[in-house]
Amino acid sequence: MTNTQYIPIDYYIWLAAILFTIGILGVLYRRNAIVIFMCIELMLNAVNILMVAFSSYRQDAAGQVFVFFIMAVAAAEVAVGLAILVMMYRNTQSTDINILNRIKW
Amino acid sequence: MVSIDLLVSLVPLFPLLGFVYVAFNVKRLNHVVTSVVACGSILFSFLTSIYIFAFLLQLPAENRTITIELFDWIKTGNFSATLSFLIDPLSSVFLLIITGVGFFIHVYSTGYMHDDEGYNRFFSYLNLFVFFMLLLVMGANYLVMFIGWEGVGLCSYLLIGFWFKNQDYNKAANKAFIMNRIGDLGMLIGMILIFVHAGSIQYLEVFSKATSIDTGTLTLITILLFVGAMGKSAQIPLYTWLPDAMAGPTPVSALIHAATMVTAGVYMIARNNLLYALSPASLELVMIVGLATALFAATIAIAQNDIKKVLAYSTVSQLGLMFLALGLGSFTSGVFHVATHAFFKALLFLGAGSVIHALSGEQDIRKMGGLKKYLPVTYLTFVAGVLAISGIPPFAGFFSKDEILAKAFEHNAIVWFLAVIASLMTSFYMFRLFFLTFHGKTRASDHAMQHIHESPRSITVPLMVLAVLSVIGGFMGIPEVLGGSHALNNFLSPVFAASQLHVEAHHLSHTTEYILMGGVVAFTLVMIGLAYSRYVSQGHVPAAEGETLTSAHRLVYNKYYVDELYQAIIVNPLYKISSALDAVIEKLGIDKLVNGVGEIVVFVSREARLLQQGSIGYYIFVMVFGVIALLVLNFIK
Amino acid sequence: MTLYIFYFLSFLAVLSALMVVFSKSPVHSVLYLVITLFSLAGHYVILNAQFLAVVHVIVYAGAIMVLFLYVIMLLNLNQENEQHKTNLLKFAAVISAGLFMILLIGTFKGTEVFANVVGGQSEIGMVKNLGLVMFRDFLLPFEITSLLLLAAMVGAVILGKIDKPKKA
Repeated sequence: MTNTQYIPIDYYIWLAAILFTIGILGVLYRRNAIVIFMCIELMLNAVNILMVAFSSYRQDAAGQVFVFFIMAVAAAEVAVGLAILVMMYRNTQSTDINILNRIKW
Repeated sequence: MVSIDLLVSLVPLFPLLGFVYVAFNVKRLNHVVTSVVACGSILFSFLTSIYIFAFLLQLPAENRTITIELFDWIKTGNFSATLSFLIDPLSSVFLLIITGVGFFIHVYSTGYMHDDEGYNRFFSYLNLFVFFMLLLVMGANYLVMFIGWEGVGLCSYLLIGFWFKNQDYNKAANKAFIMNRIGDLGMLIGMILIFVHAGSIQYLEVFSKATSIDTGTLTLITILLFVGAMGKSAQIPLYTWLPDAMAGPTPVSALIHAATMVTAGVYMIARNNLLYALSPASLELVMIVGLATALFAATIAIAQNDIKKVLAYSTVSQLGLMFLALGLGSFTSGVFHVATHAFFKALLFLGAGSVIHALSGEQDIRKMGGLKKYLPVTYLTFVAGVLAISGIPPFAGFFSKDEILAKAFEHNAIVWFLAVIASLMTSFYMFRLFFLTFHGKTRASDHAMQHIHESPRSITVPLMVLAVLSVIGGFMGIPEVLGGSHALNNFLSPVFAASQLHVEAHHLSHTTEYILMGGVVAFTLVMIGLAYSRYVSQGHVPAAEGETLTSAHRLVYNKYYVDELYQAIIVNPLYKISSALDAVIEKLGIDKLVNGVGEIVVFVSREARLLQQGSIGYYIFVMVFGVIALLVLNFIK
Repeated sequence: MTLYIFYFLSFLAVLSALMVVFSKSPVHSVLYLVITLFSLAGHYVILNAQFLAVVHVIVYAGAIMVLFLYVIMLLNLNQENEQHKTNLLKFAAVISAGLFMILLIGTFKGTEVFANVVGGQSEIGMVKNLGLVMFRDFLLPFEITSLLLLAAMVGAVILGKIDKPKKA
């Protein structure tokens, strides 16, 4: 069958916006550091979907290539971030971000 | 031969170089080297001035003007000023006086200041003073004159307060400088008005446009310029600094406060003769102020007991006579009296210095007396000076003073009468001073009498030279009535030619002149005889400190309480205002403002510090808010 | 037809995203996130980015989420003993997110020109085309990304080491 069904670009913009907002909500809402991390991943994914949508809209492959890079960066970031988290857990026995306030004045 | 331009520029350059050299080596120089450098520079200037004078003489009479432009100094908009010199008969006469008398006073100072530890500093200031004075008289525009004007005021301050460890001397120096500045304000406004109305500040350009300025403005300008002269030349009401200026060393009093600086006002009016001639009202003012000052100061001088104060008030009085001459439109007489006054007043001051030096610092004439046999050279030269100032022929003062009196009589008999009164008082108090110092019984303390000695040659030679000048100096201006050709008048007439058109000229018959001359001289001799009988024959000595005086005597002795009046009306209110301003604006306003800036910084940083909570959740919140704010701002644009 | 698939996938994505935020147990949050990622991969397929969809599943769902699960299991964070933020802060969080939402709505409101559409047959999602673009135009960033991954690896290893107490 012919894929001649078209989806307006605004729908993808809305989707990305909503996912991003939910990510922000999660970052502000939760106290567990791991859940906050996951919400950050959510935000990155929202951006990814937007990129791919526009890449398809513009018929430009650069969008998808950029998504690759974002994924690579996200992977690296998660690795390092979780390593830091583990280290903090070893020191403070908790992943509550309110306890991690040693840089207070 | 060397070009005349270079020579003219050298005249002020020598003293300037002398000043720079001595000033930069003040601590190091040997006294002998300093004396040679300082006196030598003035000597070179003097020789150059003689050469310039001779050069002028060989030019045709109408053409005796040399203008030299050194460089363009200011060029903004439509105001341009160059550093340029103008040499004409008027400035040439003043050059000779300044460098000639200045040279002899320098030589005198090598003897007088011999033991002073500030010897080098003294000579550097003296050279600087001569430099500025030369600028004043050589300037070709008002700006250069003003530089010299201010500069001599500065040097006067430095030299009056030379012995700065004494606080009273410092106050006297302050007083001189501040009063000068008050006058300078008027002069500056006058100069600005000249620029506004004539479009230029070069003398020759202003004078060519003078007739096109309306009389009211000219009167205002000339009165403002005269305010400057009042300050610099110690006329009423800005004269009280001159007697206090006697706190400086005697050579300073001789050079600055007798022969040169105080005559700057006379020079200024003589230079601007055209402007003054075109505004008769200001000429009247000049005449009245001069006459009033002459009388006023003479009355004070009669009762003073400090040898230098008598001479100071005498200077004020003689300056009044000079301004009287200028106010009568007879500018030559004013300049003539400047020249002769320079000779005999410098002589009198230097002689007084010799007496003070001989008596180890005594200045009160009640403690002098009978010095005739101990100080023969000083005595003889002092005689010449006193005779000159009293106007006894054929000494110098006779010719210049008589010319002024004749012109006064032409104008108004009352003016003449008052001027004669002033002259008679002059001869009386001068001879009082003379008799009390040199004749009669010796009243000096034993300590002084033990050390008394005639002054060294460096002091007596200048005295002798000035005495000779006081005798023959008048011969440059012998009037026709006595058979002379008044060389000075002829020499100076091109400078004053333009103004003479506007001034009424009278002529007295020769008989009238002989009667006037003879009468004045006769009365002068009477006054001398009175002084002799009172102070020598009767041996009267002025009352000592603390004795009661008659009220009139006390009034005059205390200088009519003018100083106290100024203190009460002007000085004290000013102090009160300034301390009020200090308490209010300075402490509450400006200090608070400056400190407040510092306090604001501390406050902001203290509050901003609270942002650093350290909790990550808080930071994330702030980040999100920041992003929201940025995006909102983006939309508002 | 595609539109219906789009609606379904979107709905699934948003719902599981909300559950990520609001679920009590961290493990549940992870699982919900995995569902979100899969639905997004479905979106990629609709947009003709097939290669990217596969990579997305492998990298994200297969690696990153597994890493999360490892850490949660390692630190034994399965319990739901997490302290909650004060009600005030939760309220503030919702408000902030809502503000952000409104901001984005405001952005989109003025941009109604996006009538054009996506989808349809296109070749750019094919591996070959993608590879050509990547290795021609974006070669340098590609190589640098490898450096980045190396740095991250080194960092993670060092950070994760246990400091042995030094024997005096």
